[in-house]
Amino acid sequence: MLRVENLHAYYGKSHILQGVSLFIGEGEIVSLLGRNGVGRSTTITAIMGQVAHTGSIVFRGEDIGGLEAHQIAQRGIGYVPENRNIFPTLTTRQNLLLGEKKPGQTGRWSMADLFELFPLLRERADFPGGVLSGGEQQLLAICRTLMGDPDLIMIDEPTEGLAPQLVEQVGRLLQEIADRGVSILLVEQKLTIALKISKRVYVMGHGKIVWDGTPQELRADPQIRREWLEV
Amino acid sequence: MEILFFSLFNGILYGLLLFMLSAGLTLIFGMMGVLNFAHASFFMLGAYFAYQISQFIGFWPALVIAPLVVGVAGALVERYGLRQVHKYGHVAELLFTFGIAFVIEELVQMVWGKAPVPYEIPQSMKFTALTWQGMNYSAYRVFMVLISVGIFAALYLFLKRTRVGLIIQAALSYPDVVGSLGHNVPRIFMLVFGFGTALAGIAGVLGGNVLGTEPAMALQLGTIVFVVIVVGGLGSLGGALIASIFIGLLTNMAVSFDIPFRGFFEALGVSPEAMGTGKDLIDMTSSGISPILPYLLLVLMLIFRPRGLFGQRDV
Repeated sequence: MLRVENLHAYYGKSHILQGVSLFIGEGEIVSLLGRNGVGRSTTITAIMGQVAHTGSIVFRGEDIGGLEAHQIAQRGIGYVPENRNIFPTLTTRQNLLLGEKKPGQTGRWSMADLFELFPLLRERADFPGGVLSGGEQQLLAICRTLMGDPDLIMIDEPTEGLAPQLVEQVGRLLQEIADRGVSILLVEQKLTIALKISKRVYVMGHGKIVWDGTPQELRADPQIRREWLEV
Repeated sequence: MEILFFSLFNGILYGLLLFMLSAGLTLIFGMMGVLNFAHASFFMLGAYFAYQISQFIGFWPALVIAPLVVGVAGALVERYGLRQVHKYGHVAELLFTFGIAFVIEELVQMVWGKAPVPYEIPQSMKFTALTWQGMNYSAYRVFMVLISVGIFAALYLFLKRTRVGLIIQAALSYPDVVGSLGHNVPRIFMLVFGFGTALAGIAGVLGGNVLGTEPAMALQLGTIVFVVIVVGGLGSLGGALIASIFIGLLTNMAVSFDIPFRGFFEALGVSPEAMGTGKDLIDMTSSGISPILPYLLLVLMLIFRPRGLFGQRDV
């Protein structure tokens, strides 16, 4: 579904991505793990067309490397940024409505649907996004992207800084997304959720993919975990 | 008392004109991060186009056509100029708009000359609409207030109630996120730029015949408009409205009430006779410093509250 090959990106003079290659299959959940600053977020912002890069990014047979973010989104890739970026002056409902690429878009998800899954959001429907808690904003950010019915959703550190109860809710949402046949590229630092739901795992270090395999293999390899993941 | 009401009215009127100019500027800045130095030049174009069009088919068609032409010109400048410059960063954009301002001023001088053009209030509006507290309020000025308030209401409803309005509000905080949700942000930028310059155009059509239509008008008002958006808070429409009205009232009141500073200095124990070179300062009145009051406000604001009244971020 998505094939990235030899991706390079720079911030000024620093060479952030040094030839990243990865692959995501139809309906697959893949995690991109690694410590802070190794280039995980840059990898997905580059895929989303928001960072200048070289290398090839092919989505469903089409090279999307030179497209703008909105064109990439229109082709079916969704992106949930790490800092959530909920529109603070708009209500929860309006935030969700802006997730629709066309007004009244129908697909796998509807607002009623998402309110059903997360009554928390329904309670907050008419509150400005800025007053929601961090966890509520995280759920809202993911749901907002789902309103556009992506076929692949890239989510950057969804459990960062959340209370355990909300981490569990986010985990439940990820499972629901997978159950409806949407592919997921999950960027994480912690292993808890990632190893539970992923089918395959990439580990990043210093701007490159340094390891890939299944969650079972990663569990069985303390050496890799110590070298690239544990803080 | 009548002076108070009269200068209140004129202050609000001037403030509303300033708002129409600054609304577009603050939206453009909030979304695109571009401080458009040429914004007041589009205001000037509005006035000149209205003058020219009203020569042929009268003021009323000009009121509609001139802002449309200005808006299209603005959209084209964004699409084929600013968008190309964007990748070189904000300094390049700033210099680009600076250049556009000079180009427009030169073009205006080439076509219409350096002297003011006789753009006048339409005959049908030259009567006294109401007399209140012994002062006459001209129909055209009342009409200006009504149009400005109408535009503010329409703008407010558009931003709060329509989908495009919501997208614009969202793009004021996080344009990148709006793009990654599948909305064509460059197109929205172009529309906002065109719309903002069209608003400046309307201000030009309405204000050109009261304030005078001449090549220097852009620079004159342009600097005050920057004061408005800094004081109101960059990117904040509500802030721009309040700051516009406040500056309108401030400058008008300072002229109408012409408060002498002499008493103030004497109360401080400074005797004017004892002063040598500073004597002129002591003899000044508030109307004398009225033109610099907005800039004084700008300086104070930057020192004490750099994000302005309602700004989300510092200047």
